[in-house]
Amino acid sequence: MSPDDVTRVHIGSDVQIAGARQAVREAAVAAGFSLVEQTKIVTAASELARNTLVHGGGGYMDLAVEDGPRGQGIHLTFTDEGPGIKDVSAALSDGYTTGNGLGLGLGGARRLVQDFTIDSTPGGGTTVTAVSWSRAGQRARR
Amino acid sequence: MSAESGAERIPVLRLGDVLIAAIQQELTDQSALALQQDLTEMAAAGARGVIIEISGVEIIDSFLARILSEIAAATSMLAGRTVIAGMRPSVAITLVEMGLSLRGLRTARSLEDALSILGHSGPQAGR
Repeated sequence: MSPDDVTRVHIGSDVQIAGARQAVREAAVAAGFSLVEQTKIVTAASELARNTLVHGGGGYMDLAVEDGPRGQGIHLTFTDEGPGIKDVSAALSDGYTTGNGLGLGLGGARRLVQDFTIDSTPGGGTTVTAVSWSRAGQRARR
Repeated sequence: MSAESGAERIPVLRLGDVLIAAIQQELTDQSALALQQDLTEMAAAGARGVIIEISGVEIIDSFLARILSEIAAATSMLAGRTVIAGMRPSVAITLVEMGLSLRGLRTARSLEDALSILGHSGPQAGR
């Protein structure tokens, strides 16, 4: 993807979490995602944006649409300069929470997308990527 | 979280001893928290049930799920019940895939079904 195809949404307040959801929904509609596919990627984006705000102290989401062999995909990257995640596999497990949610934010988001990575070092911020493809790509995966 | 985020308040209607809140737009976190406060206070002032109509809600993430569960927990302590009405199928599928269960929440397909769960006859189904 070329850099000019990337939309950046800043995440510094709960209103901007809603803005991130809106941007992802519009991109998913334009990429031909079904209603369920749209709902999943928007829900994942909401979880990850809140994670960026609450645990990362704010940051931004980069949104890009990619062309794949069987249709378009939505590629989301959430970046913060927060304290980082000490134990990534613990943070992904259900029930892991700092008291702000149900402890399903990261793990739940991972289950809603097809590709998911976390890059985090204590003190060095966190980058989470999440990628989903429209239906044709999903069928191929199953 | 910051105070300036201008939480839009969801209106809460009272029908007999049932409180009804219909969420018609995208909720910010602050609006969801404001609704939780309003419903809990109004339920404490006397209500047998609370219906939250969510046919206009396009996504429920773990934050909104927690708010809904807490409203249900608070109303049940105050001798009422909460029924969630009109959840979109795409929202239900997504909640299940995420592994979220709305524990303690009754659901109904429509506002009318929710009223009958609460023992309220509701408007006669005319039209």
